This record gives sequence, structure tokens and C-alpha cells, in this order.
Amino acid sequence: MDYLFDFGSIWEYREYLVNGILGTLRLTAAGTVLGLAVGILGAVSRAWKLPGLAQLYAGYVELIRNTPFIVQLFFVFFGLPGLGVQLNEWQAATLAMIINLGAYSTEIIRAGIEAVPKGQIEAASALAMSRFQIFRHVVLRQALAKIWPALSSQIIIVMLGSSVCSQISAEELTFGANFIQSRNFRAFEIYLIATALYFMLALLLRHLLVLFGRHVIARRS
Amino acid sequence: MSDFSTWDILRNLLIAARWTIVLSIVAFLGGGLVGLGLLLMRTSKSRALRTISRAYIEVFQSTPLLMQLFLLFFGVALLGVDVSPWLAAGLALTLFTSAYLAEIWRGCVEAIPRGQWEASSSLAMTYFEQMRHVILPQALRIAIPPTVGFSVQVVKGTAVTSIIGFVELTKAGTMIANATFAPFTVFGLVALMYFLLCFPLSVYAGKLERKMNVTRQH
Repeated sequence: MDYLFDFGSIWEYREYLVNGILGTLRLTAAGTVLGLAVGILGAVSRAWKLPGLAQLYAGYVELIRNTPFIVQLFFVFFGLPGLGVQLNEWQAATLAMIINLGAYSTEIIRAGIEAVPKGQIEAASALAMSRFQIFRHVVLRQALAKIWPALSSQIIIVMLGSSVCSQISAEELTFGANFIQSRNFRAFEIYLIATALYFMLALLLRHLLVLFGRHVIARRS
Repeated sequence: MSDFSTWDILRNLLIAARWTIVLSIVAFLGGGLVGLGLLLMRTSKSRALRTISRAYIEVFQSTPLLMQLFLLFFGVALLGVDVSPWLAAGLALTLFTSAYLAEIWRGCVEAIPRGQWEASSSLAMTYFEQMRHVILPQALRIAIPPTVGFSVQVVKGTAVTSIIGFVELTKAGTMIANATFAPFTVFGLVALMYFLLCFPLSVYAGKLERKMNVTRQH
């Protein structure tokens, strides 16, 4: 093999990698926060069997869990304009992330809600707490603490999956790597670096999620 | 000017869906074989083997499948081998699948009570005999539901290979959408076809899991 590695020629393009990392983090943050909101609503609808909403969520969850993320992304970006909904690449990528994590987190959080013992809910309602108070103070906190590891893994999977958003030109890390590759043709080097950056992002994110779980979610329970 | 009927779109997608299915089977079988090797390394007595296997699993689970695919596609080419999208797609998905299957199966092996290991080692069985006669037959039973469940991830994973030009369902969808100017219909149908491939697997995995929980309670 007479290939000479040349990592030096990538240094001059470093700002594209930095911007890419920020883009990936931006997608992950929006997808996580809003996706969890969608998931909590879905978990409540399904656990409490809210009429209409529960069935709607059941269909949504199955549909999203059984189709690839990239197809969901293409449908949102290329398909929705057919219905008159025109989204730019960032809006489409963020929406696809929310839809995807929303479905998975619905199932994960529902499992947590159903694992909270019935007696606790009865005890709380004996204290004259309203249904909303019971949910907020008794059920949700315990449910989240219990399923936090599973949820963290899913958030990391979604972050890694966001690399396909480069295909609709959302300027995240893979897009940055592709751009540099098209400039200096050092494909192997740049993808090696991008892979290492994703690896570090995954480690960092897992660490932050563990800390968040320990100090914010598990507190008081 | 659009002379494509919905039937034309559907027919072309069905033809391309073959390759999604073939690639999924290749990845699942290849990944299973490599995964078994990783599992044996991961649960072996040698510390070095355990570390290598753990690092492999960690790397493949903490990096995007798309990056693994790019690295293989461009990396193998550096060795002077002409890489077809088929080779890169099959290889990348095999490696990706093996890491996840090894980790799923490790959980199943660890669910076997320690006493089983101790009892079989007191019968002077070697590591491979213990695995072959005592541990794996029991672990296999618990491993079936999550393994079937993971096959859904493999089918969905094949969609990413469209990016390096492997013409499967998603790539065919992109090409047909460009030709027909009907992306809403095309990607709707593409999603539907993935759903029809994956949903039965999900349902079957769920059924196996419930059956197992019922038998365990007795």
C-alpha cells in the first residue's frame, strides 16, 4: 500500500468541522427537548387510554418505529411540499428528529409509567392530590428515573442518526465532512476524523445524560 | 408530461425492494456469524480478547452507520481493491449488525445463573464445552425475541446504503421521485413498503417476548 496519509490538509478546513459539530448538537438538542415533550404526551395518552389520542399515538409509534429515519426525513423534506407545507432544510431535519424521538420515547416512557405501583397513585389520591399533581409529582418523576438509561441510549442513537440529515443539506457534521472531502479529496482522512468526532460526541453526551439523570431526575426519589 | 402511473411507481419500487431484502439477509447472517465470534471473545477468560471485543462493540455502537459505510467505501479502495457499493454495503452492515448482536447475546449469556458455569467447570469441561453444551442452549432460548426484534433495525439500516449509491428501496425512491415529480406519493409508498417488511417482524418479536414471560412465571 503506497497511500500517504495527509491529515494536515484538513486543518485549514477546521471551521467546517466546528460548524458541523454545532449543527449536530443543535439538531440533537431540539430533537431531544421537543421529542421528549411529544413522547410524554404520547405516554400519558396511551397509559391513561385517552380516547382518540391513544389510538392516534399507537399508529404513529408503529409507523415511525418500522420505517427508516432517512425515509422519514425525505418524506418531510421532499414529500410535504406536495401538501403545501414547505420547510427549509433545518426545519425539515429538526421536525424529522422530533417525530423520530417522539415515537421511541413514547414507548420508553409508557413502560416507566406502567411500572409505577398502583398503590402509590391510590395513596396520592387519598391525599386529595389532583390527577395532574399526581402525574407530575408521583408518577412522572419515578417513571423518568426508572427509564432514564434507556432514554439516554435512544437520544444517542438519534444523535448518531442525524448524520443522514446531510442528505438534505442540513449543515451538520457529516455535511461538513462531505464538503471538505469535495474540496481536498482526502476522503479516508476526513471520514476518519468525523467518525472520531462523533465518537467523542457520543461519549460526552452519555456522560452529560448520566449527570443529568443523577442530579436532576433522581433527586428526591 | 408525467406518464408514470402509481402502478409504475409501485412496480419499480417492488423490484428495488428485493435488494433491501437480500442485503438485510446478508447482513443478518454475516452479522450473526461475526457476532458469535465477538460473543465468545467477550465472555472468554482472556482479558485481551475481552477488551478487543468490548472496544469493537463500543466503537460500532457510538459512531453513525453512515460514517462506517463511508470509511469502508473509501478505506478499502485505498488498498487498491475496487469497491462496489454491494461490497461496501454488505460489509458495513455485517460489521454494524455483529456489534449489536454480540451485545444483545452477551446479556442473554449473563442471564444464565453463575451456578451453571461453576457446575459445568466442576465437571472438568473446557470453555468451549461449557458454551456448547450448557450455556448457549439455554441462552439461545432467551436470545430469540430480542434477536428477531433487532432484525427490524437491520432492515431499516439498509436504507442508509442508498447514500453510497446502492440501489435499494430508498435509492430507487429518490430516483423515481426525481423522475416523476411526485415525491409525496413516492416516499409515502417507500415508507409503506418498509413498514410492510418491518411490522410483521416487530409483531412477531413482541409475541415471542410475551410467550417467554408467560412461561417464565410458571
